[in-house]
Amino acid sequence: MIGYGLAAIGPGIGIGLIFAAYINGVARQPEAQGRLQTIAILGFALAEALAIIGIALAFVLN
Amino acid sequence: MSSVATSVTRAEGFKPPSPGDFNLPPIGPDKTFEWLGETHYLGVTKPMIQLVLVAGIVFIFFWAASRKRAMVPSRLQYVGEQGYGFVRNSMGRDIIGSQDFLKYTPYLFALFFFILINNFLGSIPFFQFPTFSRSGLVYSLALMSWIIYNAVGIKKHGFGGYMKLMCVPSGVSPVMYPLLVPLEFMSNILVRPVTLALRLFANMFAGHMLLILFALGGQYLIFEMAGAYSVVGVVAWLLFILISFLELLIQFLQAYVFVLLNAMYIQGSLADEH
Repeated sequence: MIGYGLAAIGPGIGIGLIFAAYINGVARQPEAQGRLQTIAILGFALAEALAIIGIALAFVLN
Repeated sequence: MSSVATSVTRAEGFKPPSPGDFNLPPIGPDKTFEWLGETHYLGVTKPMIQLVLVAGIVFIFFWAASRKRAMVPSRLQYVGEQGYGFVRNSMGRDIIGSQDFLKYTPYLFALFFFILINNFLGSIPFFQFPTFSRSGLVYSLALMSWIIYNAVGIKKHGFGGYMKLMCVPSGVSPVMYPLLVPLEFMSNILVRPVTLALRLFANMFAGHMLLILFALGGQYLIFEMAGAYSVVGVVAWLLFILISFLELLIQFLQAYVFVLLNAMYIQGSLADEH
């Protein structure tokens, strides 16, 4: 479980960066929101996959 | 549940909730059978009943909402139309594209409301068990989505063309292919359904576990411990209420993300070579 906590740090930072960039992008160009949202959610899903693999391993290795 | 937990805590101190709490016993008579050297239960459990119930609720609601098809919508029809419009426009049209989104909207629509109501059952009194905190039920949803987006892509591009679309990244020099093609295959064909299922499962599971922990821990601190500990127990219960609202948000968000990713995968399968 401590290992999972450590494993969640990376995706946490990554998801933060992705949405920071998304908010920046929308603030600069509001009409691009539709396209940016797709990319942001896709990036969020990819980054979160790492955290999910972490929690799965935490249960498997328990 | 709570009375059982209290009697346990009195006997042997506080026992934190564990993943075993999610293994609900079958309703009715217990029957077991042996398969592959392990004992399995044969019977109907609460999540199974919830699945069927939610399918019925969603069907009846939208059947009632769309029965009259009045030009000036009644309240019920308005709610139904808003729900349908939300899925159709924000997930279907914006992601899949305005050419062939209508073909896939029924699937996305049914999937979204099925998952949404199932998630909300985690917060509705009496049920209070998010159906998809049992991983087996989510795997079937992910398998269905996996079959659909692969079938759509294979139908459009043929098997070879689809594999090329999924595995060979464009705009990269062929020198990098030995490294990138297995990676792309892994991420697009193998990891996608796994993460799709595990994301929904893990969010529902972890959220509900957190709620149980705060509820039981607060109860133990208030009723079993003396002095300043019971004050901490009140704080735990306050947090429990706040986290319940966070759970409502997450329950919606996970249904949204699941369907949005489905739409994106379908769109990726339909896409022409870029």
